Amino acid sequence: MKPSIFLTLFALMIVPALASTATSHAAEVNIYSARQEHLIKPLLDTFTQQTGIRYRLLTGKGPALLERLKNEGRNSPADVLITVDVGNLVAAKQAGVLQPVSSQILDHNIPSHYRDDDGFWYGLSARSRVIFYAKDRVDPARVDTWEKLAEPALGYRVCVRSSSNIYNQSLMAAMIAHHGEEKALDWAFGLVKNFGRKPQDNDTGQIRAVAAGECDVAIANTYYYARLMASADPADQQVVEKVALLWPNQAGRGTHMNLSGAGIARSAKHVDAALALIEFLSGETAQAFYSAQNNEYPVNPAVPSSGIVSEMGDFKADTLNLSDIEKHSSQAIRLMDRAGWR
Amino acid sequence: MAALPILVILFYLFTPSEQVWSHLAATVLPGYITNSLVLMISVGAGTLVLGTGTAWLVTMTSFAGRRFFEWALIMPLAIPAYVIAFTYTGLLEYSGPVQMVLRDFFGWHSSADYWFPRIRSLPGAAIMMVLVFYPYVYMLARAAFLEQSVSVLDAARTLGRSARGTFFHIALPLARPAIVGGLALALMETLNDFGTVEFFAVDTFVTGIYRTWLNLGEPETAAQLGAILMLFVLALVLLERWSRKSKVSHTIGTYKNLPRYRLSRFKATAAGVFCMTPVFFGFLVPVAAMVVWTVQSREYLDTTFARMAATSISLSGITALAAVSVAVILAYGQRLAPAKGNFLAVRVATMGYALPGAVIALGIIIPFTFVDNLVDSLARQYFNHATGLILTGTWAALIFACVVRFLAVSFNTVESSMARVTPAMDGVSRTLGMSAARTLMRVHGPIMRPSLLTAAVLVFVDVMKELPATFMMRPFGLHTLAIRSYELASDGLIRESSGSSLAIVCAGIIPVIILSLMISGSRPGNKTRKPEPL
Repeated sequence: MKPSIFLTLFALMIVPALASTATSHAAEVNIYSARQEHLIKPLLDTFTQQTGIRYRLLTGKGPALLERLKNEGRNSPADVLITVDVGNLVAAKQAGVLQPVSSQILDHNIPSHYRDDDGFWYGLSARSRVIFYAKDRVDPARVDTWEKLAEPALGYRVCVRSSSNIYNQSLMAAMIAHHGEEKALDWAFGLVKNFGRKPQDNDTGQIRAVAAGECDVAIANTYYYARLMASADPADQQVVEKVALLWPNQAGRGTHMNLSGAGIARSAKHVDAALALIEFLSGETAQAFYSAQNNEYPVNPAVPSSGIVSEMGDFKADTLNLSDIEKHSSQAIRLMDRAGWR
Repeated sequence: MAALPILVILFYLFTPSEQVWSHLAATVLPGYITNSLVLMISVGAGTLVLGTGTAWLVTMTSFAGRRFFEWALIMPLAIPAYVIAFTYTGLLEYSGPVQMVLRDFFGWHSSADYWFPRIRSLPGAAIMMVLVFYPYVYMLARAAFLEQSVSVLDAARTLGRSARGTFFHIALPLARPAIVGGLALALMETLNDFGTVEFFAVDTFVTGIYRTWLNLGEPETAAQLGAILMLFVLALVLLERWSRKSKVSHTIGTYKNLPRYRLSRFKATAAGVFCMTPVFFGFLVPVAAMVVWTVQSREYLDTTFARMAATSISLSGITALAAVSVAVILAYGQRLAPAKGNFLAVRVATMGYALPGAVIALGIIIPFTFVDNLVDSLARQYFNHATGLILTGTWAALIFACVVRFLAVSFNTVESSMARVTPAMDGVSRTLGMSAARTLMRVHGPIMRPSLLTAAVLVFVDVMKELPATFMMRPFGLHTLAIRSYELASDGLIRESSGSSLAIVCAGIIPVIILSLMISGSRPGNKTRKPEPL
């Protein structure tokens, strides 16, 4: 290769690098988001259209973003942290990387049990973790609580994803909160004994495994099932036909809930824009989007859940304060390690 | 400087955190170690057999399609391990086309009716890795076979050795340093792989590091695990060095066209099948699947996709140039001052290749943010002005991370090429009044140019594929094809991810072709110029 060609190539390569660093807008908001880009970008674009506030987005796994925030300290460019679970929000508050805000709009849009008492974080969509079973071979009455899934004489094979997954950690933390450490560990041991296969894949994979006959019962969040219901793929429709959704613990405390949410970074340089974004996300447009596009439950009581989500019906939710659940989260992982839940 | 992240990680070896350790040791650690070892042994054995076998066949024998295989055998290198893992999962899982056809054909209704191997398993992961890592062994073994003097091989045959005897007793021992070098690369890739093992639910040392760091929230313990992994790798590297030392000097400069063994029709067919297997399963099948899926989900090929492609190319190109420059400086420094201390320093600096990207990211984020915050507080204190984060979350930091990670790739190539420039040439040049720097420019530069290109190309492809470090260190708005592919695939959208995957593969193919042409041209005595491949 001749040097001149080499230089040209180099120049071509360096242009996007320079272009991307030269950005500075008056009205902008910098977002660290655990929600994946293709799921949140449409909402953010609408936000920019409505308010004129530009955004910059960095996606990643919740814990990694939190770690980055901690390291960057007061100089972090982040204004908003968006997570898909409440555990990372609570951890962020404890790590001191969030700042409290108060807003009448937020207080009006979001019920108090879906936001932090001190205003450090706000829930934006509710997600329910439930039990799925094979219609043709499982008696739903025998699997209608989380506790029953761990019974030695269950006789059904349970599929669930890895304990590295935050939803499982929150579920385990909830078990600790309700039953205490010792009983929760027994529960985990029992559950692991009933596993139909080594935990793997995501929640959709668990539901598919039930349809495929690898397992009889699966643990997953509702919106994964909703996604299958909405799919035009005949294979997905078959799965929905074979597998039914069950709301656990309806006779007792209600089913385990989780939240996606957001908080304003302590280092935020654009607090007003950040607040405007969170308010927008709690508003009717965004809440309807969460329900219609992501099949989650709106936290805003003024927004009814739409389409497929409403087809899945009403249920009783566990009202135990999510902050109380999350204080057990690091213990939860250790117990799952001990129980052999990979 | 390149050693900084590595030293930061090693430093953590000396900060105690016993309570977490006893928890890990009692629960998950033994599993991590066993899985990692089993994986390494299987991948090692697989790549050795496949890589050396195919290299010998295409170099020393003649059979139909040999010329095609010469370059086709390198092609799987263009596919990242996690991409091939996604693809085969898409093909072989319950709802994939293979099982669907089987069910239709035999009238089965559910997985209870038949047995099908689980792709998401340790053997599955090992097979995936063998399929994409064997070209490392193949390339180096082939280069070594090409370099062997005909005289030695002729002597062996004159003295009555059979073809097989020549292979096992002469060619193989002579090529051993190169083969071990290729094996070391394959094993390092295996050790630091995250995407594949995580997707396949195999708990290895690396997934353990992630889990300890991000889920248990114990960065110190995670860094310690990383440090242990690093010591292990250092041992591997030293082993490879040691095996190189025992290299016999055999080349006496008699070169003519290599005489090829004629194979009987049966053997020729067997050779063809043997060479076809890795090309077929390691390249043709996954690429065909990706092409079909990309066409099915073409709405994902939008302008965002084009921008990501530009970013990927840009990042890879800059890193490639940087990595080669640093490698030249290191190699030349080692040549000018070949002290033990320098040797060790260079070894440490080039260890990044064997480290999981996230560990490197951790090793960079910690000191960078520390310096940034320090500079910032000083500036605030004395100049009443906040400097903000100068390094963290910039392109510079990301490129630095990638250079650290892939320095070994460029360095090994540059170093072995520089070894070809005899010290006498340096001597002559210096005696004639050239400075060390000018000698490098005027003497080494021209001689090494093809190797420098090779090194740059290798780094380019590696950065295109790189995932964890980019994912964690990138600045705002930076998206690469690898990140897109991973985000979609881990969300269960394997088909939709194939567009980005395919683009990574395509970007990887072009350099791979250049590379294979250069290896063919590398035989001493060949009319074309003779670069040293990796």
